[in-house]
Amino acid sequence: MITFVLIRLVRAVVTVLAVMTFAFVVLRMSGDPAQVLLGPDLPQEAVDAFRKEWGLDAPLWQQYLSYFRAILSGDFGLSMRDRSPAIELVLDRVPATLQLTLPALLLKLGIGIPAGIYAALHRDSAVDRGVIFLAILGFTIPSFVMGLVLVLIFAVTLHWLPSGGIGTWQHALLPAITMSIGGIGILARFSRSAMIEVMGQPYIRTASAKGVRWQDVVRGHALPNAAVPIVTIVGFMVGSVISGAVVVETIFSWPGIGRLLIVSVANRDLAVVQCILLIIAAVMVVSNLVVDLLYGWLDPRLRAQPAH
Amino acid sequence: MTNLVEIRDLKVAFDSVPVLHGIDLDVRPGEALGLVGESGCGKSVTWLAALGLLPSKASVSGRVTLGDTDLTGAPRTQLEQVRGGRIAMIFQDPSSALNPVLKVGRQLCEALKLHRGLTGKPAKQEALRLMDMVGIPDARGRFALYPHEFSGGQCQRLMIAMALAGEPDLLIADEPTTALDATIQAQILDLLVRLRAEMNMATVFISHDLGAVAQVCERVCVMYAGRIVEQGAVGQLFDRPRHPYTRGLFDALPRLDGPRVALTPIQGTVPDPRKLPAGCAFAPRCTHARDFCHGERPDLLAQRDGRHLACAYPLPEAPAAREDVHAPREGVHP
Amino acid sequence: MTPVLDARDLVRIYQGRQGLFARPTPIRAVDGVSLAVHPGETLGIVGESGSGKSTLGRMLLGVDPAQEGEVRFNGCPLPAPKTPEWRALRARMQMVYQDPLAALDRRLTISVQIREPLDVHAFGTPAERDARVHDLMRSVGLRPDQADRYPHELSGGQRQRVVIARALATNPDLLVCDEPVSGLDVSIQAQVVNLLRDLQGGRRLAMVFISHDLKVVRNLCDRVAVMYLGRIVEDGPAERLFANPQHPYTQALISSVPEPGRPLETRVILQGEPPNPAKRPPGCAFHPRCAIATDICRAKAPPLRATAPGQTAACHHVTGAPASQAA
Repeated sequence: MITFVLIRLVRAVVTVLAVMTFAFVVLRMSGDPAQVLLGPDLPQEAVDAFRKEWGLDAPLWQQYLSYFRAILSGDFGLSMRDRSPAIELVLDRVPATLQLTLPALLLKLGIGIPAGIYAALHRDSAVDRGVIFLAILGFTIPSFVMGLVLVLIFAVTLHWLPSGGIGTWQHALLPAITMSIGGIGILARFSRSAMIEVMGQPYIRTASAKGVRWQDVVRGHALPNAAVPIVTIVGFMVGSVISGAVVVETIFSWPGIGRLLIVSVANRDLAVVQCILLIIAAVMVVSNLVVDLLYGWLDPRLRAQPAH
Repeated sequence: MTNLVEIRDLKVAFDSVPVLHGIDLDVRPGEALGLVGESGCGKSVTWLAALGLLPSKASVSGRVTLGDTDLTGAPRTQLEQVRGGRIAMIFQDPSSALNPVLKVGRQLCEALKLHRGLTGKPAKQEALRLMDMVGIPDARGRFALYPHEFSGGQCQRLMIAMALAGEPDLLIADEPTTALDATIQAQILDLLVRLRAEMNMATVFISHDLGAVAQVCERVCVMYAGRIVEQGAVGQLFDRPRHPYTRGLFDALPRLDGPRVALTPIQGTVPDPRKLPAGCAFAPRCTHARDFCHGERPDLLAQRDGRHLACAYPLPEAPAAREDVHAPREGVHP
Repeated sequence: MTPVLDARDLVRIYQGRQGLFARPTPIRAVDGVSLAVHPGETLGIVGESGSGKSTLGRMLLGVDPAQEGEVRFNGCPLPAPKTPEWRALRARMQMVYQDPLAALDRRLTISVQIREPLDVHAFGTPAERDARVHDLMRSVGLRPDQADRYPHELSGGQRQRVVIARALATNPDLLVCDEPVSGLDVSIQAQVVNLLRDLQGGRRLAMVFISHDLKVVRNLCDRVAVMYLGRIVEDGPAERLFANPQHPYTQALISSVPEPGRPLETRVILQGEPPNPAKRPPGCAFHPRCAIATDICRAKAPPLRATAPGQTAACHHVTGAPASQAA
């Protein structure tokens, strides 16, 4: 068990390192921050000075090494725009993003899973067909289209809700819903198929044959088995609580990490972009790790067997 | 003697394709009845339908009564009382018939709680007694293990223990040994025979293995394409099968003694339930079939020798020298 | 006469894992097996799950490499897997598995699939290949009008015929069948068994027939080897072995076969579980389940010894004289 966790931890660290390295290299190959920040018309001396100041004149591998040295001592660099510590800029935005993504996650779980399970238990009924239809609609419509449609209806036409910005809970409503719809669709479809698969298993028939009440067959025998595949998808969704907000935050001008990422990439604000990617990767990796451990808890077949 | 279970004109169709064409079957208290036939003949479907265990796409008609209770059309709560309580069922693949994420002890105690109201310590005591009774070594130490930590044979023993938890009047064993190794099959058959005697419980043994049926059962029904084609005492039926299909099943079996000669297979294959022949369903494969058989379907009728037979041109009755076939053979009755 | 197949001291060790977190432990699936099959002869291999009989079947074909020991085919050692020589040898030795649907490609018609080995091994002209497919189908009892069917349009027995026809396409010297009739209904099983019987008689085909169905093995095989936990515990001519089994395990195995007319009480019912290759008992692997085991059985593994002409058994308590019968 301990070796298993250790192996997973090492793998997680390696994954984060790989993401950071990739981001580092791609960001530096894809455009010169000096050009972007200072504008195209500045004299060469100013550009050189800027590069020297930010260490961009050194060879790539040297930059890379000093970047890592800094990170290990807790220094995530400064934003090139206002020279404030990048990590602070990013962490300042985290609460705003979570204000959207956490309610969205709850919506996904709270609507997607029950809808999928209900559909599976009433297979081929009108409700089932309705759930499938809405689920497909949900995850095929891109969130920017969905967001704009919702804005058009609830903000522009009905004037019930604000169309953007942050402030009251009403401000968060439309973006959170927009963000959740695709996930609801995916989870509904996934839970449905997982549940249908489980309900067809011999042990479900055994439970019925021994006289277990129908509700208890579903609750006590089917759900614990269906949980394993569903947890995989949920883990992925939890892993993207930070990264999933990019498009929606932009549509609703929500001052979260997603918008900061867009702006920082456009500006080639290297330290900020790297910080954001690091956090996204870390959250994803941690949630994957939790999912792996959950598997063992949910399915005893995946646990170590003592010799008997 | 009154019958424990009476099945009358039981019909089942899946997506409006009929697979069971009106089964009449009685089970007497304490008796061991065998249902024999090849895959798709409806032997399992009969009992799944009787207990309301078929998926909702199946349409079931006919009447199944258990004592005074009419099971067909009974409300779900009533069926749930019967299942496991008065009629228990075990299945073919024991390893997948137990819930993989629940401890075996918990699965046993669940049945005890449902049908005998036992919880907590008394439930555990009783569960351990049942595990002991079906021959699980070190029951106490293995109470909290999961099904995958048991071998296939032990899983089937656990299934049997679970079936016994409700002290049923009837145990339906649906191909209980098919997925098991030969030496383990013998153990499970032995266990089933012993338990039936000890618990005074009727057994319906569903199997394609004629040898196993011969050892466990007193009475046998042979099914083909959703109908019973021959029914009688096991000695009578196995010594002198009269339906050509029953006879064909025996001839197709290789033997453990005697000369090693080519087998006599039944030609052709089981008919597709969507395209059943007009007359007797077995006629296209039958070496005795005549014109009548292809046009008219014979009913299952009582014969002079006590058996029931659905065949227009059956094989001859026992010759005079072998009239004794009516008597059950040694070793078949417990 | 040179045997078609001559295997000496084959050993196959797997790295088995008991669980996701557990350390792998070596499992000796096949543990020192020697056997020979002559032209026209059928060798049956019987045993329960975990006996290593399927692994042995794959090793005989060189699909699963042996860690120790050697397989000789027509007197020559098997070439290394995946080499051109090894591929060419596939035409000479073929395998038939239990599940014909899994062995067939559902998107190809059966005639295309029967023809495939002919194309792969460049057998004759295209016209000759067509004729051969036609002959093969007829010889396994498939009608010409079934040539353009897909596997799912056939019954289980017909599919197994297709697999056998394909295996015979290149006129192999050796056919290894692993539980070829186990998934089939009784009436169909007899059809396929008879088909295999016809092949034995017709073309001097050497066959290894792996099965847990003792009745079929007895009907079909000339010689039978009984395996227990990776080793052969008894082997001999089929008829004699079934009539007069020497090893206590063979006796129990034969006795456990339910036969109409043999009451349950007279059967030897073996106690205990089928063997687990990961936990091999010391000494004779069968001793925990054996009624006549003594101290020597717990300490020392018995070698195979002749009990009668052509018959050997690995048991400390078997003498050369015929022992008591179980059946």
